[in-house]
Amino acid sequence: MYDYSEFDSAFVAERNRQFRHQVERRISGALTEDEFKPLRLMNGLYLQLHAYMLRVAIPYGTINSRQMRQLAMIAERWDKGYGHFTTRQNIQYNWPRLNDVPDMLDALAEVGMHAIQTSGNTIRNVTADHFAGAAADEIADPRPVAELIRQWSTDHPEFQFLPRKFKIAVTGAPNDRAVTLAHDIGLQIVEQDGEIGYRVIVGGGLGRTPMIGKVIAEFVSQDDLLPYIEAVVSVWNLLGRRDNKYKSRIKITVHEHGIDDIRARVEERFAVIRPTFTGIDTVLFEDIKTAFAPPAFETGSTAVFETAYKTDPIFRAWSDTNLAEHRAPGYAIVQISLKAHGATPGDASAEQMRVMADLAEAYGHDHIRISHEQNVILPHVHKSDLPEIHGILKKHGLATANIGLISDIIACPGMDYCALATARSIPIAQEIATRFDELKLEQDIGDLKIKISGCINACGHHHVGQIGILGLDRAGVENYQITLGGDHTQDAAIGQRTGPGFAYDEIIPAVERIIFAYLDLRAGPEEAFLDTFRRVGMDPFKAALYEQAQTHAAE
Amino acid sequence: MPREFTPKVVTGNALIEGDVIYLTAEDDWTRDLAEAELLTDEGHANLRLLMAEGQPETVVGPYLADAAESVDGPQPTHFREAFRRTGPSNYFHGKQAELS
Repeated sequence: MYDYSEFDSAFVAERNRQFRHQVERRISGALTEDEFKPLRLMNGLYLQLHAYMLRVAIPYGTINSRQMRQLAMIAERWDKGYGHFTTRQNIQYNWPRLNDVPDMLDALAEVGMHAIQTSGNTIRNVTADHFAGAAADEIADPRPVAELIRQWSTDHPEFQFLPRKFKIAVTGAPNDRAVTLAHDIGLQIVEQDGEIGYRVIVGGGLGRTPMIGKVIAEFVSQDDLLPYIEAVVSVWNLLGRRDNKYKSRIKITVHEHGIDDIRARVEERFAVIRPTFTGIDTVLFEDIKTAFAPPAFETGSTAVFETAYKTDPIFRAWSDTNLAEHRAPGYAIVQISLKAHGATPGDASAEQMRVMADLAEAYGHDHIRISHEQNVILPHVHKSDLPEIHGILKKHGLATANIGLISDIIACPGMDYCALATARSIPIAQEIATRFDELKLEQDIGDLKIKISGCINACGHHHVGQIGILGLDRAGVENYQITLGGDHTQDAAIGQRTGPGFAYDEIIPAVERIIFAYLDLRAGPEEAFLDTFRRVGMDPFKAALYEQAQTHAAE
Repeated sequence: MPREFTPKVVTGNALIEGDVIYLTAEDDWTRDLAEAELLTDEGHANLRLLMAEGQPETVVGPYLADAAESVDGPQPTHFREAFRRTGPSNYFHGKQAELS
């Protein structure tokens, strides 16, 4: 993986030194909160409901065992012994004290990590397919270009005070696991006449006004990519609405001006700045690429795996749900679920982090990925090691066989932590998972993506959940709206609202009614929830949700 | 017609710990809502808030939160303030752990 250069390390050290002094000045009273707030946000430090929260960047979701162990150490030394992995492939600490944060940042810098640009109106952490470099369906590894963009965007002088935050995601595979259609810029690596390039999507986003991104360029060559992206951000930087926070994201700019107008402006701007890119970026890109060269894959027998698969039903169930196809023969991608039934989605204890670090080091070529679905991935594992890995995961509560199933829920922190939230999301996720585990229906239901947000900002991606749940404050009471038919993949779609929302104690039974309706309606066990919804439409689900409820109430 | 004033407490987050604190009638800060000063007069409430805003070395983002009178001291009237008083619901962390 990419190691920090001296330049990177010196930059982070200097930023940490500056922030330490800023914290000292805030505590001494030399800085007011109004003066300090933008400074702390630039360094990923929020003030939440019950405490500060430090959001640490995990660029394109990639870390190694040494970094994971450091995250565990930080969790124990300065927090409450756990960390929360987020839908942006970051990790958040929920309980730091202000005066400890400079030490936490120094500890992160020791392993080449930081919290820069994880907040504020800047280009945020670049995200990528969590199977990058391992997926069987990949055209090229998206991480080198994600790293190139990280270096270009970090402290970019033109882009430190954008109209609003700006998020870029990259996929290297046609099966989009990076939600590129719901980002400010989505990059899809494509091949055209033997040349690798990028399809550029702009103006996607969730939040208050969900939009699916639009193609602004079908093919941008590697040499043109950075100036092209710079042109896009530059056009929006001038054109984007600074008068209204709710209209400031590029999705609104694209919507208001139309994609053709934006494309014309970007091309005009591109023509001006392209000559200023003298090729150093492409030289750098070649260097970066070598840092992401695949590990030397082993070519041993997989007989151990096949025997365990045949003889151990628990291992088989886990293999069926939690493994994904690897591009190298004899290898698998291991998905470690951070969604044990009843647990908080995305949370890992320090001990669990160390276990995952040890496994990556011993069996996984020292590669770890964090997925936007709030799970941890060991991307390169030889199948012969899987039974042993599974045995170790089991001992540490990490072997839940539920990837892609109803209990593999994305949930934002919601009102249990977040100052912006209008309702809780974590307990809803916990109760759905627990309920369907009790019903023993999870395997039968099959592929299903439930995504829960505790406010309209949609950190929990509810718009693109096959079942989306949005928690709101309705006259001082938590109320949950349901959307159906959302899709986060290359066929991205915004879910449709079912109708009136449900109170906190009504939402689990409501989800149950949807699921039982699906089980009745599906053409057969092989028809997934989303396919059934697309075939039969909203009406039968609405009937199940609202008419049955009325019937029960009348009884 | 202006809305009728409802009782309030002054609350915010502590500068160093970041946790929820409330202003008491004795001009101190407490971590226990029950010990907070319940403000029933609008003018007095605004004055107390001004005083809190003058203590940036202690409190971040002070504001007036609705509260109701009870024999056990002020009680939250909205679920957000109820969570702020207690802590998260997924772990026994925060105030519920510290005050017990």
